[in-house]
Parts: sequence; C-alpha cells; structure tokens
Amino acid sequence: MFYREAGQFKDNYASDQALFPIAQDRWFVMIVMGIAFVIVPFYIDDYWTNAIMLPFLIYALAAIGLNLLTGYCGQVSLGTGGFMAVGAFSTFKLTTAFPELNFIIVVLLSGAITASVGVVFGIPSLRIKGFYLAVATLAAQFFLVWMFNKFGWFLNYNPTGQIHMPPREIFGVLITGPRAAPEVKYLFVLIFVSLCALAAKNIVRGRVGRSWMAIRDMDIAAELIGIRPLEAKLTAFAVSSFYVGMAGSLYFGIWLGAAEPIEAFGIEQSFLVLFMIIIGGLGSILGSFLGAAFITLMPILMKNFMVDGLGLAVVTAKHIEITMLGVLILFFLIVEPHGFARLWQIAKEKLRLWPFPH
Amino acid sequence: MNPELLFFFETVIGGLMAGVMYSLVALGFVLIFKASGIFNFAQGVMCLFAALALYDFMAPGGWVDRWFGFTFPVWAAIALTIVVMIILAWLIERFVLQYLVKQEPIILFMATIGLAYVLEGIGDILFGSDVKPLDVGIPQGASDWLWDNFNLYIEKLEIFAAATAAVLVTVLAIFFQRTRIGRALRAVADDHQAALSVGISLRTIWVIVWSVSGIVALVAGIMWGSKSGVQFSLSLIALKALPVLILGGFTSVPGAIVGGLIIGVGEKLAEVYFGPYVGGAIENWFAYMLALVFLLFRPQGLFGERIIERV
Repeated sequence: MFYREAGQFKDNYASDQALFPIAQDRWFVMIVMGIAFVIVPFYIDDYWTNAIMLPFLIYALAAIGLNLLTGYCGQVSLGTGGFMAVGAFSTFKLTTAFPELNFIIVVLLSGAITASVGVVFGIPSLRIKGFYLAVATLAAQFFLVWMFNKFGWFLNYNPTGQIHMPPREIFGVLITGPRAAPEVKYLFVLIFVSLCALAAKNIVRGRVGRSWMAIRDMDIAAELIGIRPLEAKLTAFAVSSFYVGMAGSLYFGIWLGAAEPIEAFGIEQSFLVLFMIIIGGLGSILGSFLGAAFITLMPILMKNFMVDGLGLAVVTAKHIEITMLGVLILFFLIVEPHGFARLWQIAKEKLRLWPFPH
Repeated sequence: MNPELLFFFETVIGGLMAGVMYSLVALGFVLIFKASGIFNFAQGVMCLFAALALYDFMAPGGWVDRWFGFTFPVWAAIALTIVVMIILAWLIERFVLQYLVKQEPIILFMATIGLAYVLEGIGDILFGSDVKPLDVGIPQGASDWLWDNFNLYIEKLEIFAAATAAVLVTVLAIFFQRTRIGRALRAVADDHQAALSVGISLRTIWVIVWSVSGIVALVAGIMWGSKSGVQFSLSLIALKALPVLILGGFTSVPGAIVGGLIIGVGEKLAEVYFGPYVGGAIENWFAYMLALVFLLFRPQGLFGERIIERV
C-alpha cells in the first residue's frame, strides 16, 4: 500500500523518462546515498575502509563492468582479472611516468587503456560464442598476467616483482598510499563508483544498451532488425573493460597500494567477479552491488565467526570458508538462479500490497 | 641420427605424451558436456579428490590406517575409490543437479565452480593440503630400451599413461556404442526430451555419466599424482584441459584426444623454439592462444558438432 505508483502522474517527458519512475524508489536511493556520503565518512575508520567499504565498492565497479558484458550483452568473460591488471599497471606506469598528472585523469586513462585492450580481446567474440568464448577469454587472463610478470618495463624493473603506488594528492589532499585518511579514500572511491553506476544505468537503457540486449537474447534476430553485431559486441567489450580497468586502477591505487601480478590478478579474481554478478543477478546494476556486497562481506563474517567466535585455527577456518562459500553459492543458485536482484523484485511486488493480503 | 633432428623428435614425442595426459582430463569434461550440456569446471578438482581418496585408502597415516589399523592394497584401494566417486556422483545429482534442470548453461557452469570449491575445501579438511607421493606401481624413470636403441629420452610413466588412455578410450567407445546404457546416454546427449519420452530416466543417466567421468578423473588423478605428487595444484590441470577442450570441441571424444595431442606438441615446440625469445614460461597461455587461432577458423572446435542457429 505504501509502495506503489498509484497517484504519481507523469505530466512531462522528463518525469516519464526518469531513472527511478516511482517516488518511493527515488527517496530510497537518495536516503542510501545520503547515508553513504554524509553519515558514513564521520564514523568510518581504517579497518572499515580497508576491509569492508573499499573492497565492496571496487568490486561493485568491476561487477558492473562485467555485468554490462555478460548480463546485458550475453558474452561470458573469464578475463576480468587480466583486465583489472591492465588497469592497475596502467595506473602504475602513468603515475610514475607523469607524477604531476591528476589522479582522477590517471584512473580515467587507465580505464581507456583497458578498454582498448578489451576490444582487441573481444574480437574473437564475433566468431566464437558461448563457452568457447568463455574459455577463449581465459587466453586474455593468462597472457596479460604473464606479460606483466615477465617484462621488467611494466614493473619499472623492480626486482621484487611488485608494483607500489606512490603517494599522490588531488587538489591538495593526499588520497593514495598508507598515509592517506580512510574517509578520503572512501569518499573518492564512492564518488567514482556512484557516477559510474549512474552512467551504466543510463547506458543500458539507451540505444547502445538496447542493442546489447538484443544481441544477448538472439544475435541472429538482432542482426536481422539492423543491429550490427560487430559494433554492439565491441562496444560492450570496450565499455565493460573501461569499467573493469577503472576498478583495477582503484583496486591497486587506493585499496592495495602494492600488488604482485600473479597474486592480485589471478584467475580467482575473474571467478569472484563472475560469482558476484551471478549471485547478484545478471543484467542488473543493483544486482552487481548486492553480489559484490555478498561476496566481499561473507568471508569476513565467516572468518570472524569461526576464528574469533569458535576459536578455530586460521588454516582450518580458511578451508571451511572455501567449503562454505561453495555451499552458499550452490544454495543461492538452487533457491534463486536469477540472483538477489530477482529477490528484490519479488519483494517489491509483495510490497505493493503489504500490509493487506489482496 | 642428426642430434638436432633427434632433439626435435624427442620434443614432439614428449609433447604427444604430455598431450595424452591433458586428454585424460579433457575426456571427463566431454562426457559430462555431451550428456547434460554442463560445462563441469569441477573436473580438475574431481581428479584431485579421487587421487586424495585413493592415497588415503592405501597410505599409512590415512583415515583408514588410523581408524582400522590397516591399509588396502592398490587394487582394492582403486576399487574403493571408484565406489567413492560413484557415491559422489549420486550426491551431486541428488543435492545439486536435480534442482538445476533446465537452467541456463552459465548458471550450471557457476554451480560446478561452487562444487569445485566445496570439493576442494572438503578435500583439504579431510586429507590435509601437504604434497603426497602417490605410488600405485606405475614404472618410473626413463625408458632404458628407447634410450639405448634410439637415444630418445621418454618417461616410462608417460608411455604407460598413453597406453592407459588408449585402453580407456576403447572401453568408453565400446560402452557408448554397444551397451544398453551407452545407447541411452547417446540418446540423452542427442535430445533430452525425446530421450525422456521413450522412457529413459534422465536422473539415472546423469548419475551414470558423472560416475563415469569420476572414474576418468580417477585415472587422470593417478597419472598426474604419480607424476608430480598429489597436491592442490592437481586441480589446476582443469585449466590445462580447457584449451584442449575448445580445440577438439566440447562434444567429441576423439576431439579430446586429438586436441590434447595438438596442444601437447604445440606447447612443447613453442616452449623449446619460441619461448627463449620472449623470456620463457609461456606454457600458461600458449595453449589458449593456439586454441584461439584454431577457433577463428572453426568456431565449434575441430570435431565439435556443427552449430546450427535458427531464428
């Protein structure tokens, strides 16, 4: 009864095309954003930033990127880790080569570089489909990580094989490196992720997004109604890689601060992000956030519960954690194969009537 | 013989043998994909799990030894492990697949990754994550006869693996072509609904297919386990088998074998003749690139069924 569109009249084109046509949705999003921007920064500390908020936001960004490609355009990719590595290494090379460059521009440029790499590895998708494509994208994953590990130029010839993020300021405020204030890091990433999510939401309902969905649903039919598969698939790869590249850039630059290619960008990363979008919901921006929240928070909760609560050894807890992660994934796939986003939709349907039965 | 030519032959034969080992893993994938359309990412972990169980049955210090004070001989341990794999197949069907019938392929794929995590975790909890030397009596070391007569250095283990693979493929072929269950399997692979309508139980078939690929996983696990010890990295051979799979085609048993041989030889040759120019360690991605190039010409793999799409 409280959540419904009755009585909300659209009397101009702007309100007809609003991103959230129902007022209650708008308020909800505004309240969440208000809390995230105004209240959280006052209470956040180092642990909350580094262990919870940054991973959540950064993985959400990567998940949105992959969701654009897999959920909206139907091209399964297992190369996310490799593309995140491209973003991270672009950031590293750009900040060390041009120390004066504004970090915002560095992140955007890293995204752009990743997008161009993504397009190259997206070319096979024009011929290869389904699981053949998924396995083929693993070529990107393994090749890119190998390349970053192998050639000293990417590492600035650091003998430890690691890359370190130098401290950088934007507008006089330190935002990278261990000395940067946690709330500054949080806010910076939050602004980035919110803007990107907003952009993604708009891309997918525009012409480009609709052509992706047509390709996803049936590519031959899409071709017949005049959508160019080449254009649609390659833009999907480009935009998706742009997002994933920015996520990789923030992942390395703001969150980790130091990274080693094989450890930080292995195939596990690719699977993790894929899990996020499957559990969150394919073809849903909200689902990307929910999936990222679930996958990043659940291990922390389980670890806290088992190590601190039950007093298990860390190694045993790790094994149980892997098992439980697998069980939970299976559980959610069985209960709701369309992910949290679908659950949210069902909840909204129910809310229309609530608290009345009919 | 000319030493360079000899070296070339040695590389090629070494590649063929390594390819057979990849094929063994890829076979398990093909069986499940054919019968149920599931891309079973857990195949590699199943190899690890089978090898761990086998080790545990026959090695001193395992669960059997601790609880009952004796260990099984090799043949009994293998038989018991087969039983374990069949039970595992039944459990997977009962608790996972049954609920996921008719879901999108990607959901099923994700489910098998979840399954891989579960098996990996359980394997670690039960058997520990240290490296275990697996010895089931497969001859080790280089073959003296080939070394003496042809100056070729070939591992006995790899010859044994090749022979086993040949036997395995023959048995599977007979099983698929000649037996009642095999015919039912092929019917299911062809068309789920038509198979159901003539009275074939899909669930039984799935249990059988998963059992068979569990047994194939055991064979692969024994070979790889004897070669490099039973350890977590054994589950990563799934990643080695994937390029074999897309090269040969997801639906073809001969494809898995031929694909494995091509990948094995290509990889070895590239490592020897091309690797030094780019700094080596290319075996992680070279197979994928090779498969990718093949795929550009044949998108369904070398032996895969032709993909026909209609609107």
